[in-house]
Amino acid sequence: MSTDSHTNRTIKLLPKSPTGILGLDKITDGGIPLGRPTLICGGAGCGKTLFSMEFIVRGALEFNEPGVFMAFEEKADELAVNVASLGFDLDQLQADKMIRLDHVYVERSEIEETGEYDLDGIFIRLGHAIDSIGAKRVVLDTIENLFASLNNQAIIRAELRRLFQWLKDKNVTTIITGEKGDGTFTRHGLEEYVSDCVILLDHRVTNQISTRLLRIVKYRGSLHGTNEYPFLIDEDGISVLPVTSLTLNHEVSTKRISSGIPSLDKMLGGLGFFKGSSILVSGTAGTGKTSIAGYFANETCNRGERCIYFAFEESPKQIVRNMLSIGIDLQHHIDSGLLKFHASRPTLNGLEMHLVSIHKLVEEFQPQTVILDPITNLITVGSVSEVKVMLIRLIDFLQLEQITVMFTALTLNTIVNEQTDEGVSSLVDAWLLVRDIEFNGERNRGMYVMKSRGMKHSNQVREFVISDEGLNLVDVYLGPEGVLTGSAREAQRLQEVTTDVLKNHAVTRKDMEIDRKRKVLEAKIASLQEEFESVQDELNKSYIEDKLRKDVLELNREKLTKNRHDEE
Amino acid sequence: MNEPSNISDNDDGVIENERYALRLFVTGASTNSLRAISNIREICEKYLIGNYSLEIIDVYQQKDIAEKEQIIALPLLIKSYPFPERRLIGDMSDTQKVLKGLGLLS
Repeated sequence: MSTDSHTNRTIKLLPKSPTGILGLDKITDGGIPLGRPTLICGGAGCGKTLFSMEFIVRGALEFNEPGVFMAFEEKADELAVNVASLGFDLDQLQADKMIRLDHVYVERSEIEETGEYDLDGIFIRLGHAIDSIGAKRVVLDTIENLFASLNNQAIIRAELRRLFQWLKDKNVTTIITGEKGDGTFTRHGLEEYVSDCVILLDHRVTNQISTRLLRIVKYRGSLHGTNEYPFLIDEDGISVLPVTSLTLNHEVSTKRISSGIPSLDKMLGGLGFFKGSSILVSGTAGTGKTSIAGYFANETCNRGERCIYFAFEESPKQIVRNMLSIGIDLQHHIDSGLLKFHASRPTLNGLEMHLVSIHKLVEEFQPQTVILDPITNLITVGSVSEVKVMLIRLIDFLQLEQITVMFTALTLNTIVNEQTDEGVSSLVDAWLLVRDIEFNGERNRGMYVMKSRGMKHSNQVREFVISDEGLNLVDVYLGPEGVLTGSAREAQRLQEVTTDVLKNHAVTRKDMEIDRKRKVLEAKIASLQEEFESVQDELNKSYIEDKLRKDVLELNREKLTKNRHDEE
Repeated sequence: MNEPSNISDNDDGVIENERYALRLFVTGASTNSLRAISNIREICEKYLIGNYSLEIIDVYQQKDIAEKEQIIALPLLIKSYPFPERRLIGDMSDTQKVLKGLGLLS
């Protein structure tokens, strides 16, 4: 075990041992220091034992590294029962020689100290356990109990120092747990001996809502995240949430996806949103934000993609029923497994926990679209800035995974807010605002595209109509009286129809007039023609008479001439 | 620590009610171990003449016994009889405490 194979590597980087705990390896950039002790400290009930047990079990299951768990508090069989709820079968793992549990039990009242001693018993037990299964990982949970069991603190301190050095020499990766002391990380100052890596667990309750937090206090020789990271203990064990990615260099897509409302797509350059973008739908109460979200979910599922709908206000059944009333059947998407509802009250747990559970669900379900309806309710469990930070993290995470996200947010007044209450408008890629337009004793909905990064989008207000047939966007009437919606728009439309009819009527009358004029003119033309013909006849008649007279004269002259001749 | 382990017991004497059963766990030939052995022998010879059995066990030779007997600190003397069972750790140099532990001194 204590080979030197690790010391003669050429890379100077600190070798690390992955813990297998979701998220922790990301924060620590690979795990805890290989072959060295790591201290995990925290108050009672903060998850130290579970943390270290998961390290051992994951090591055995995922990395094929056997591990020894030396418990100073709980008995082996108690431990096995406690972690069985996480699906860890310790008995089986022990039978497979992947894990060895050893319960160290010291009863102070039975012990009399009679002079100098050492803790070789622990060394021998541990050494034997390590050798018997070839362990690479060791957990000492909580070794500080020794201080309560034995009197001679000087000996214990010296022996612990020797123990940690010995564990290093054996080249096993060790986790030591310690109860948090007053002003120190551990009650008995174990951090003095374990100086390579110290992880602090915390369990904090603010506003009656508890959050588990993890912080890496110290990690010698390695870069690490320094923030407090929330973590979650659930049926799959521990998941730590690596909150903000430090860079803004995620991939972007040029693929466009439809919003499910064709007329809305038309406002967005005809193609809809970018895939992997974040969309905010804000508006006052009852303006149809959830309906827009429902349409979007429906459209996603119609494309055969998966969608998770996080509902913070309504139960899934309620949403399904309500959407059915505008012609959207979400139930068959749920049945086909494409749509998943996750409804929880915002007060169920802290913001960070919400974030962690969203993370987990997203990673499990691998959706293409995530809907959060509404984010405004989250404010009940955190301040504005906390909600904003949480949403930044969420958007970051989702964009990294190329998941499109739609938030709905409630604005509290009817004046167009330049900022939503959560201050997320600057974070999102597209912002749709649904707004009440009150006019003529009517409330109508108007929709604007406030912004839409990277695409041509309409600057116009559209009237947003919700009917049995579904959602539709109608062009509002823009006229001398301003923007008209609802029945005013309808009235204006009717008036336009009337004008049209009148206009048509006028047109036909003019046509008849022209017709008549043409007829008069035609009659005139005909009479002139007649006149011309009669003149022509007249002229022709005198011409013939002349000719006839000339002929008769000729004839008479000839006759006379002939008569004269006869007389001769 | 391998040679005569079980010497000072068994002189075919009648087993009395108050026969002390002692086991001393040591680690090889370390200073503490050697001191403990000589100290406990001295005490036994002085206060429990013939009325005890002492077994000296080297934990290095039987490593699995450490877990079985819940051994942490060494040297360790376990008095398994008469009841109650008592455990004494250390090199047995504090005679008063040893005697108290053995129940010979109230």
